Amino acid sequence: MQDYRLTDKNIIGKPALIVGVAGLALSMIGYFMDPKQFFYSYLVAYVFWTTLALGGLFFTLLHHLTGAEWSTVLRRISESVMVSFPILAVLFIPVALGMHDLYHWTHTDVVVNDKILSAKAPYLNVTFFIIRTAAYFAIWSLLSWRLHKLSLEQDSNPSPELRKKFRKISAPGMLLFAVTITFAGFDWLMSLDPHWYSTIFGVYVFGGSLLAIYSFLIIFGLMLRKRNILQDTITVEHYHDLGKFLFAFTIFWGYIGFSQYFLIWYANIPEETIWYLYRWEGSWSIITMIIVLGHFLVPFILLMPRANKRNLKFLNFMAVWIFVMHWIDIYWLVIPNLHQQGFQLSWMDLTLTLGIGGLFMYWFWRKLSANALVAINDPSLEISINFTNN
Amino acid sequence: MKKTQYMIAEFENPAELLKAAEKIRDAGYKKFDCHSPFPIHGMDDAMGMKRSPLGWIVGLVAVVAVTAGVVLQWWTSSVAYPIVIAGKPFFSYQAYGPVAFAIMVLTSAFVSLFGMLALNKLPQFYHRLFDSDRFGKVTDDGFLISVEADDPQFDVKKTEDLLKQVGGKNVEIIG
Repeated sequence: MQDYRLTDKNIIGKPALIVGVAGLALSMIGYFMDPKQFFYSYLVAYVFWTTLALGGLFFTLLHHLTGAEWSTVLRRISESVMVSFPILAVLFIPVALGMHDLYHWTHTDVVVNDKILSAKAPYLNVTFFIIRTAAYFAIWSLLSWRLHKLSLEQDSNPSPELRKKFRKISAPGMLLFAVTITFAGFDWLMSLDPHWYSTIFGVYVFGGSLLAIYSFLIIFGLMLRKRNILQDTITVEHYHDLGKFLFAFTIFWGYIGFSQYFLIWYANIPEETIWYLYRWEGSWSIITMIIVLGHFLVPFILLMPRANKRNLKFLNFMAVWIFVMHWIDIYWLVIPNLHQQGFQLSWMDLTLTLGIGGLFMYWFWRKLSANALVAINDPSLEISINFTNN
Repeated sequence: MKKTQYMIAEFENPAELLKAAEKIRDAGYKKFDCHSPFPIHGMDDAMGMKRSPLGWIVGLVAVVAVTAGVVLQWWTSSVAYPIVIAGKPFFSYQAYGPVAFAIMVLTSAFVSLFGMLALNKLPQFYHRLFDSDRFGKVTDDGFLISVEADDPQFDVKKTEDLLKQVGGKNVEIIG
């Protein structure tokens, strides 16, 4: 029996930390140059990595809740992604400090003279916003910490009782997840344009999160495979399944995105259409078209054939493609509120994404490399390793 | 109508059937089939069956259907009977989406179902194998293999030996 532990633990750890610290330090210069741009870029980068962590939480919850067998070999990776919530909670501080620049509804003088905003004030006010965000992180951290801890317990003590415990946490956990990700989407992203509202917005963010985690699992798994780690454990069959999920949630994301657009287009009410108008003005229409084609149509067609999902090189390319598209999607949700005339990339978009990503990956790697790379005592591990799609 | 002859053999259990199928496949037989009361995991590989072309057929039909859906709506709402609805242009492709999608899904579902039946040569109310009394067990607890006499590898003596060698019992010829 293998012990599934890494022999070389320095593959990602230090380089990621260096990138993270350097990225954030460089961005600090940007903060003094253009604080508004800094906070917007920060929000894009921050939400991008947070959605990945949320995807990891969902993947783990779903795994336990459905009693899935195929994904057992991937569980430890998704668990290590989701235990990053405490770090992300700390990294939220700059967003909280930049609220005045980011969120229009924090300006009391504006709210007083605005009928709609003053009606929304009982919900959209700084205190309640901070309380809600704290609650999201409390729930996410607690859920992921409990599940991760139990999972590590299983490594030393293969008690069948654990499976029940996993499920007991996951069932209410899934409900809490659904509510919190919806409201986090409302609070962090939708309230950037406080007059506008869309009830499906949370589901849209959820769809993006799942694309993030499935593409991340493919990219990361194949990176390990290149170094001959877990190459016989995570097989082409698992990648095929991840590819199926990537395909399925590409459709899901497209379906939700279209549903949101379609109802607003049909009703044609100015306070709703304005959101799309901003994203269709000037060069923003290019980004919108890139998203329609690159986030939906291209992956939808290219991921359809079975052979493409089983071709690991191609799947890796598609996963990277979708991972980047997810970033562009978040960018498209946030930045039109800052640059209304047309899109304008800032160097801080890059440095902050790398900065937060570096810290995220450092923490992820630290958690992953400290333990066995798969849940060694899970009763379905054998089944998962030998799983085939036929 | 030309009558095909079959040679059938019974097997103890699904595992035996699977192993026997692999050996018959390796012996070069193409026209043989396995019969069991329930699907057996891994049987497609054991029998050396190719993947069904149904997916590609449905995919092709789906492309045609979605195009037809768009053309239909374009023609009805901007050529044949143009009406202004909610102040929107005659060619409002956004509104075509759901209908074109629904036409595509419905057509694809029908092609999947009827294509599957056609590729399986179903419905078929009578088959020569039903002549065997033993064959009825297949709906209950029987695990059988039938080899067609049309198979180029077929030879009464050799095929019987092979079936017995891989664990077949009650070998009989039908027709």
